[in-house]
Amino acid sequence: MNRTLLRLSTQALFGRRRGVVLLLLAGALLGLAVLVRLLTDEEVGVLAVVGLGFTLAMPLVALLSATAVLGPEIDDGSVVYLLAKPVGRHVIARSKFAAAWGATMLLGALPVALAALVMDPSHPARAAALGVGAAVAGTVYTALFLALAALTRHAVVVGLLFVLVWEGVLGSIFTGVRWLSVGAWGRAVADTLSAPAEAAVNVSVGYAVVAAIVVAGGTLWITGDRLRSFTLRGDE
Amino acid sequence: MSVLSLDATSRWYGNVVAVNGISMTVGPGVTGLLGPNGAGKTTIIALMSGFLAPSAGTVTLDGEPVWRHTDAYRTIGLVPERELSFGYLTGRQFVLANAELHGLADPGAATGRALDVVEMGEPADRRIGTYSKGMRQRVKLASALVHDPAVLLLDEPFNGVDPRQRLHLMTLLRRMGGEGRTVLFSSHILEEVEQVARQIEVVVSGRHAASGDFGRIRQLMTDRPVQYVVSADDDRRLAASLIAEPSVVAVALRATGGVDVSVSDFGAFAVRLPRVARERGIRIQELTPTDESLESVFAYLVGG
Repeated sequence: MNRTLLRLSTQALFGRRRGVVLLLLAGALLGLAVLVRLLTDEEVGVLAVVGLGFTLAMPLVALLSATAVLGPEIDDGSVVYLLAKPVGRHVIARSKFAAAWGATMLLGALPVALAALVMDPSHPARAAALGVGAAVAGTVYTALFLALAALTRHAVVVGLLFVLVWEGVLGSIFTGVRWLSVGAWGRAVADTLSAPAEAAVNVSVGYAVVAAIVVAGGTLWITGDRLRSFTLRGDE
Repeated sequence: MSVLSLDATSRWYGNVVAVNGISMTVGPGVTGLLGPNGAGKTTIIALMSGFLAPSAGTVTLDGEPVWRHTDAYRTIGLVPERELSFGYLTGRQFVLANAELHGLADPGAATGRALDVVEMGEPADRRIGTYSKGMRQRVKLASALVHDPAVLLLDEPFNGVDPRQRLHLMTLLRRMGGEGRTVLFSSHILEEVEQVARQIEVVVSGRHAASGDFGRIRQLMTDRPVQYVVSADDDRRLAASLIAEPSVVAVALRATGGVDVSVSDFGAFAVRLPRVARERGIRIQELTPTDESLESVFAYLVGG
């Protein structure tokens, strides 16, 4: 990890409008939690709001963070200024990941835990478990979307389709998709830690953790490898 | 003292050949990489700076391949044509980040020195987004110089820069070359290269068209036959008069009016044409060069 790159990436993240959008996403989830807590029965509300945070808000924060720290620089070629340095390309990938990961934890996973706590203050352990589960899923999402940003100019669109179609729609219709759903792996971890009466997903925690490590590690490596092969092309 | 070498280097994208079997050695001093737009200059600089793998041949810096060799950046300073998109940073923050990434012992002092060299000390605390093109160019140069590299590669450094700042940049490059650095810059403008470099490498359509001292190559360029179309009130009589001139190598009447004239010595032709017209009582109505584009100059060089 390189501290200078971490600093630059954080500035890239919050020095642009995207930083405001990230704050708004986190704020919206917490605002919704407060609103639903005031207006509805707590048990129904917890599931709905936490579900929303897990399946939409947190993945979106991860998507926007990961693509913000790398996507624009790759798209316009200005990443060449960072790459023309005696710094390993995998170190650059890990530093970019760290900046995006920090934002995902702070504005994606933490709000999920806080939303659960706001809606059901009597179960802080469950809120913490949900936070840990969100952190696991957020870590994988961040690494996955960072690799997308390194591989394609359309990372935001592809990432949105992944979150909305694969994780959202298909994941809720076909039970088999859960085995390949990042959100489901996070929920499996949360379920194991909080031991609810009814598990949210039917995925073993052992599989979920291994799958999360493999996908996060693998996609992070792909990002570094893509940066190693970055080519500078003119308009000619 | 560092030397960059391309040995029978080619680079192609699918069926498109961007650089075709180029061999050149760039040593200390300023070298101009001259060629029309689309000739392959950026591709050559990308190959030299390790941002493109050669499809064939080798690209080495002091004998070591540069592709996927990040340690080469301790020696190379690169000023790409790409715009700086770090508008949220100040010039000083950007150059300082570059110094830190090079792992310099005192990045703050190195940043100050590099900014002073490019005379950007004063506006360095403003955001890059507020800079003019010339200022951004100088900050890019400062970031490339911050680690005191032995090799400096610049892709079209004078593009869009106003004349005063262009002059300043040119002086800087000459000084860098005089200090013994290996400086290579690309340009599609003959006059720019003339003012900075003695050694030039000419590329046309991905091929190495000429290499050597600027004066010799300039001579080749100015001595080539130049084509003009001359219209007069009596084209046939004008053609007959012009073919008698030693500076004219060919004439041809155009069906639509006018005379195609091929001139071997532009200076003599410019003096003789009005005199011939006056002596013969011919009225010249129009004189148009037909191949004055730089591309045609380069094409002539390639054709020999």
